[in-house]
Amino acid sequence: MAENIIEIRDVHKWFGRVHALNGVNLDIRRGEVVVIIGPSGSGKSTLLRCINHLETVSSGHILVDGVDLTAKTTNINAVRAEIGMVFQQFNLFPHLSVLENICLAQRVVRKRDSATAEKKAYELLERVGIPEKAHAFPGQLSGGQQQRVAIARALAMDPKIMLFDEPTSALDPEMIKEVLDVMLDLAQTGMTMACVTHEMGFARAAARRIVFMDAGQIIEDTTPAELFTAPKNERTKQFLSKILQH
Amino acid sequence: MADGSGPALPPASFSGMGVGGFQPKATSRWRRIDHMWLLLLGAVALVVLLYVGSPQRFAPIFRFIWGSFAGGDGIFMTLKLTIISFAFILIVGMVMGVFRVTNVAILQWISSLYVEIVRGVPVLVWILWIYFGLPGLLQIQIPDFTAAVVAFTFAYGAYMTEIFRAGIQSIAKGQMEAARSLGMTYIEAMRYIILPQAVRVILPPVSNEFVTLLKDSSLVSILGLADLTRRGREWVGRTFASFDTYAAVALTYLILTLLFTRLSTALERRLAVEKR
Repeated sequence: MAENIIEIRDVHKWFGRVHALNGVNLDIRRGEVVVIIGPSGSGKSTLLRCINHLETVSSGHILVDGVDLTAKTTNINAVRAEIGMVFQQFNLFPHLSVLENICLAQRVVRKRDSATAEKKAYELLERVGIPEKAHAFPGQLSGGQQQRVAIARALAMDPKIMLFDEPTSALDPEMIKEVLDVMLDLAQTGMTMACVTHEMGFARAAARRIVFMDAGQIIEDTTPAELFTAPKNERTKQFLSKILQH
Repeated sequence: MADGSGPALPPASFSGMGVGGFQPKATSRWRRIDHMWLLLLGAVALVVLLYVGSPQRFAPIFRFIWGSFAGGDGIFMTLKLTIISFAFILIVGMVMGVFRVTNVAILQWISSLYVEIVRGVPVLVWILWIYFGLPGLLQIQIPDFTAAVVAFTFAYGAYMTEIFRAGIQSIAKGQMEAARSLGMTYIEAMRYIILPQAVRVILPPVSNEFVTLLKDSSLVSILGLADLTRRGREWVGRTFASFDTYAAVALTYLILTLLFTRLSTALERRLAVEKR
């Protein structure tokens, strides 16, 4: 078993004439929590979306657990089932109850029977702190509750890695903590996580590594302590001074 | 949606389907629905009045144009033709609609071409061409009922394709991404996530198509299929009672369309409650 669960090798991504990713190299080890920060448009979300192939890379290679996503023979659905993704807009399925949201892919993709899937769903709802909402519909939940269901839905697949794409950016301030608590808890269980977030408190508390991106490139790749106290790069300093000011 | 949905929670008891909808807002909705049902009841009452009130003048007309279930004519031909055609139309619309939104160029192209060609030709011309034209070309006999179903499926399928396309595209992109990120295939995501939501969105235009088809089914009377309209024409041929007969035909169509409109509204309401 390779030590690196994700290996990103010289990845470029073009959107028309926009060079969204410009030669990105990044390794993520098993059990590592990596926080990716950077100004908007720096390519951090694009990078995350490339890891589970929601975007195809223009050139370069991405290996997930040794499997090359860019290879034509790769069964992308099988790879995706091993990668949990949490979106900024939650993207729960509004026509299904919370329980069905968490069970559907378990049954369809993992081929689990209903009883097994539901048992798993109740366990996870317990873990994210809203077991009483199993039969509610997403439209009846607050943003924070929806995002916790989304995390449970992703975890139900027993993923090897979890990707978080600005999971708290669409939330009211008083709901951010409940989601971060779940993520922090998850980080402590040894889950491999890659998080695009602006929550520096979370980065400080949970991340082993923090990656700063700008203009489609990784500018700095270091520990949170080092980044916050002694950023090496001028652009990193500028960015941090802007977001840490208040 | 994210931020606003918090405070706007429905009452806690409102967790399942059905009951609990008798809020002030629902009351006014009920009243409006009553009016629509009244219109239907009025039309039915008028037919009953004509039928019972003038056994010599109207009763024979209604009996003749409605036909019999055993004979499969009159109303029964109209309904059979409409329902069977509509089932095929839904299948064609769904398949072609999905073709239209895939990123497979050839499928997109087939679907677009189909829609553009079919929409440019009147339904009546398709019926005539398929029934009278195709047999000569293919050297086969096409029964009139089959020809009618094929023509309607072909012609209406194009409109249904557009309805399905619009419905699928109205579902937020994040839904497909969330489904795919869980490892579902494109087809699984369509089946479990996108189409069930799209169907709720397109229910009003779909039922509108059904009612339009019900009326357009009268076009088949030129093929000699004994539908409601054809039976009317035959009766006029025998009795020359044009005004009375076509009034009876019109009233019958009106009752059928009002009935189906009511049913589809009821269905919409039920699905809307479930979705919330």
